[in-house]
Amino acid sequence: MSGRHTVSVSVNGETRVREVEPRLLLSDFLRHELGLTGTHVGCEHGVCGACTVLLDGEPVRSCLLLAVQADGREIGTVEGLAPDPEKLHPLQEAFREAHGLQCGFCTAGILMTLVPFLEESPDPSEDEIRHAISGNLCRCTGYQHIVDAVRLAARALREA
Amino acid sequence: MKPPPFEYVAPRTLEEALDVLAERGFDAKILAGGQSLVPLLNFRLASPAVLVDVNRIPGLDGVRETEDGGLAIGALVRQRRLERDPAVARRSPLAAETAPFIAHPQIRNRGTVGGSLAHADPAAELPAVALAAGATMLVRKRDGERRVGAKDFYLSLMTTDLAPEEMLVEVELPPMPPRTGWAFREFARRHGDYALAGVAVLVSLDEGGACREARLVFLSAGDVPMEASEAGALLAGQEITESSIAAAAAHAAEKEIEPTGDIHASEDYKRHLAAVLARRALRAAAERARAGDGAGA
Repeated sequence: MSGRHTVSVSVNGETRVREVEPRLLLSDFLRHELGLTGTHVGCEHGVCGACTVLLDGEPVRSCLLLAVQADGREIGTVEGLAPDPEKLHPLQEAFREAHGLQCGFCTAGILMTLVPFLEESPDPSEDEIRHAISGNLCRCTGYQHIVDAVRLAARALREA
Repeated sequence: MKPPPFEYVAPRTLEEALDVLAERGFDAKILAGGQSLVPLLNFRLASPAVLVDVNRIPGLDGVRETEDGGLAIGALVRQRRLERDPAVARRSPLAAETAPFIAHPQIRNRGTVGGSLAHADPAAELPAVALAAGATMLVRKRDGERRVGAKDFYLSLMTTDLAPEEMLVEVELPPMPPRTGWAFREFARRHGDYALAGVAVLVSLDEGGACREARLVFLSAGDVPMEASEAGALLAGQEITESSIAAAAAHAAEKEIEPTGDIHASEDYKRHLAAVLARRALRAAAERARAGDGAGA
């Protein structure tokens, strides 16, 4: 049972198969095995939220999940957000518009947290937005511009 | 910051998992939600020889309203579901109210009820809720099963009554008596941080409106979830007023809990917080008990 395990995961709609050690974290699997470096690794103990991805549509910490646990599941990463190379996702557009990022390290995790949040709460209050991103640390913005970006995105998504 | 090597098994049935535990329980760790275990692995504070991933075992993730009016929650039920499942809201509004205080949504999407109960972190919310609710743990091993009351389940710091070959498979919450109110309060520096203090409260009134029974269980207040039974006894038989609430809360905070000071808060401050939170929770629970007509109302 030790040694390598075969993992077959759908990532952004594409099936990827690799042989991995069971101790490989999903975050490292995405970055090093698949080259999807949009998922960032901050603290590796579930505090910072930078590595947040979607597991079957729900936001989770990819540093607290083993790659072998994702076998047969669907993963969504920030690379899958934009509909095509020329166009950003409305959330990404709003983050650019409202200066919702500075260094950008936390941004992918925040976007992946917010996609399902806005589907569930299309018209969130400021309080609800701050609660939703409470598990994502940003050391640059002071969060105010992130909150502005989310309100902008929510409006854009409602009108779309 | 990467886990040490381990053997990984992902049983497809409970029997298979219990076999592995029977044979290698001392070297094995059960992987459920992984929200506490994987950080321990990443920090190399834990290095089990075998990881038994129970996530692929069917039948452990059910929420069931029992015939006696209680609720049975499977060990693999995600914490997120406690805040969303109408059956939980009906049968254990205390658990439903508490769930959003557990870490962050991303953590609750993975973290399990059984994992939190068995991990026995004294700062965790669910063990306190289980104790306040008078929960019973359903524990299985290869050749048997047993039931353990929450009171007897928590032995000392991060230590439960579970033997290495055993697995917690379900927690049973008894029905709430009529005219029972509930409340959960905690204080953390930021939402989702470990609470500096917290309390789960259930208050039952008699037909005349006096307190029949009050249960207060504190988290982050000692090595295990700390029930303040003397404070509860002070309220029993009394009218619930500002002064009886204040007396019970003060007694619990001064005499019954055992918080230790750390870099975030001194012992004195934690006792102060515990008293304030207990007063607020008792007030809210009593109000709900008066407004409702029984469990889940």
